[in-house]
Amino acid sequence: MPEQEPHERRSNFQEVNLGLDFELAKQEALRCLECAKPKCVDGCPVGVKVKEFIALILDGKYLEAAAKIREDDVLPAVTGRVCPQEDQCEGACVLSKKFSPLAIGYLERFVADYERQTGQIGLPQNAPPTGKRVAIIGSGPAGLSCAGDLIQKGHQVRVFEALQEIGGVLIYGIPEFRLPKEIVRQEVDNMRRMGVEFETDVVVGQTVTVDELLNEEGYDAVLVATGAGLPHFLNIPGEHLCGVYSANEFLTRVNLMKAYRFPEYDQPVFDCRGKDVAVVGGGNTAMDAIRCSLRLGAKNAYLVYRRSEKEMPARIEEVKHAKEEGVQLMTLTNPVEFLGDEKGWLRAARCIKMELGAPDGSGRRRPVPLKGSEFELPLQMVIIAAGTSGNPLVQSTTPDLKTNKHGYIEAAEDTLKTSKKGVFAAGDIVTGGATVILAMGAGRKAARAIHEYLNNGQW
Amino acid sequence: MSTAAPNSSRFQIVEARFLAPDVKFFRIAAPRIARKRKAGQFVIVRTHAQGERIPLTIADSDAQAGTIGIIVQGVGKTTKQLNSMNAGDYLADVVGPLGKPSEIKLFGTVVVIGGGVGTAIAYPTAKALKAAGNQVLSIVGARTKELVILEAEMRAISDELHITTDDGSYAEKGFVTDKLKALMGTGRKIDLVLAIGPIPMMRAVAETTRPQRIRTIVSLNPIMVDGTGMCGGCRVLVDGKSQFACVDGPEFDAHRVDFDMLVKRNAMYRDMERRSLEEFLCESRPGPTHECRLEKQNPELARS
Repeated sequence: MPEQEPHERRSNFQEVNLGLDFELAKQEALRCLECAKPKCVDGCPVGVKVKEFIALILDGKYLEAAAKIREDDVLPAVTGRVCPQEDQCEGACVLSKKFSPLAIGYLERFVADYERQTGQIGLPQNAPPTGKRVAIIGSGPAGLSCAGDLIQKGHQVRVFEALQEIGGVLIYGIPEFRLPKEIVRQEVDNMRRMGVEFETDVVVGQTVTVDELLNEEGYDAVLVATGAGLPHFLNIPGEHLCGVYSANEFLTRVNLMKAYRFPEYDQPVFDCRGKDVAVVGGGNTAMDAIRCSLRLGAKNAYLVYRRSEKEMPARIEEVKHAKEEGVQLMTLTNPVEFLGDEKGWLRAARCIKMELGAPDGSGRRRPVPLKGSEFELPLQMVIIAAGTSGNPLVQSTTPDLKTNKHGYIEAAEDTLKTSKKGVFAAGDIVTGGATVILAMGAGRKAARAIHEYLNNGQW
Repeated sequence: MSTAAPNSSRFQIVEARFLAPDVKFFRIAAPRIARKRKAGQFVIVRTHAQGERIPLTIADSDAQAGTIGIIVQGVGKTTKQLNSMNAGDYLADVVGPLGKPSEIKLFGTVVVIGGGVGTAIAYPTAKALKAAGNQVLSIVGARTKELVILEAEMRAISDELHITTDDGSYAEKGFVTDKLKALMGTGRKIDLVLAIGPIPMMRAVAETTRPQRIRTIVSLNPIMVDGTGMCGGCRVLVDGKSQFACVDGPEFDAHRVDFDMLVKRNAMYRDMERRSLEEFLCESRPGPTHECRLEKQNPELARS
């Protein structure tokens, strides 16, 4: 995949990957073995017909290839960029046993970009109107994919979003250099053209409740797809110092509010120029945050992670890109306290070295602190990317909606039905923080179950 | 200013008038919010497509007309820009109602203290407390006469209204805490104190009522982004525990709040806020002889 040179891209917010050209795409597509039983399809959470769309690329039928993907995946330009392909389609590819796997993600992105750049997006035909109305709470990947499927079934769909822009984590979380916002906007516009209605600035639970949507506004079904938006902190001393951010806050300021273009945009963010910055965590969010800080001018950008590089949950490509851009990995290290100056600003983190012990509940080896290994790391900004949990605003105002002990909504495995009649739940608000594509898979599953419920009324 | 945001036809300003210098009242069409809002709750406002998100307490609402009222003190760029807007203009975004409503019940005798524009935030809660049958003793404080706001409104819902000005230019000279001490000294039993205003004032009220353990509530104004509990930027220390003012507040027990931390965190973007404001003032006051002070001080800015 051609990409911007590391020394150039580390100071701009333009996309890192530049995309395949026709020749590269064709060469890559030729590598497909056209397996009789394609493992890649099984590896995909939404079941994209990989073998079929690759064959269409080889025939030069790029638009048809894109349409083929869209049958199962309403956001191909997005998933081609942000899916962890190594754990899914590409991880399952038989080529990977001896060679590198077929670059399915790059090819998906290639046809989606071709479709968009030529402006010839083929929108599927909607079924005749059913007269049924569905409210979707949250416009992230789960909500959008559910909306895309339901509108095709002839239902009226309205998506409610708390923030000012549609896209959820695709807008506030994933940075421009990994997923240009223009792509999200165009995908959302496509959905508008298909008939999906969107209403921003509605915080369900506060502006309107689920019961009001069902009873007063007359929706026949509601999908809760509010994501895992509640940030975890480390609960160590010094977390209230100026310069300590949650990844959610830092990324929302930079991505949604465009603080990297301050003062053209009004919302400010910590001035990273010449500063020592660290992110605590090892997932995609941590990579996004630390690479944003580099682009904002950080002098030293550390990724502090308590396990080793092998255990990092981030996509392999993100770790590679981060290292190329100059991010310094400090693995097997954990902060125990943030130290401030007299004005309440962060000046350092006291860290401790870790070693890996026996495997824990997640199957990964548990990090154990090494006694006497504490040291001070001078820092002026630190970002905590240590996971999130479900935002409670919907649950707390919908008393008959059952949640589990972690605060996530309980939903039936196969139908995503909740304890409340007419209410379904999908995505991170059910599973906890996961990936864009898993949330999209859940959104599709919910769409099938909602369609069935609207037809037979059975709960 | 760009008004091309997709929501630009939703949130129209239907009334706008100054209550005091730099303090302006707006009535905004926001039917969903008007229907749900309770005393003590706030909205997040964005003035235009490149604007920042700022929290503002809802002063009142009219569910039938589908409007809410907000009172804005022009201190930074966004609030000054807001105060330059008029009836007929549109706000890019108005989100809410956010935060927990004030606890409204029969406490007995309640002292409501509003400092400066804090009076606008205290007023709706005072009104609700009065309607719940409480005896409401109000203290409205301001630096000087022309900054006293909502006098008639507060008088209408108070059993007693006391006004103090720091410079003595109107009513009694002194601070709100002087008046509070006087009320406490009369031997009357005070069941609750609600204090809303600048942080130093709220802190002073907390220290005044602490020895007698009079339950005291303050409404906090930390820096906020989303207002829905998603970012944690508005975290405050209450009883040593982290709380998010946007969803756990904005009202907290004054005796448990770490005001020192709040002051420090609120200063976090001071340099940038100053820069934004100066640029805004430069832009909004152009003239043939105008010389940009910011540019003069920072000549490197002109090159970019």
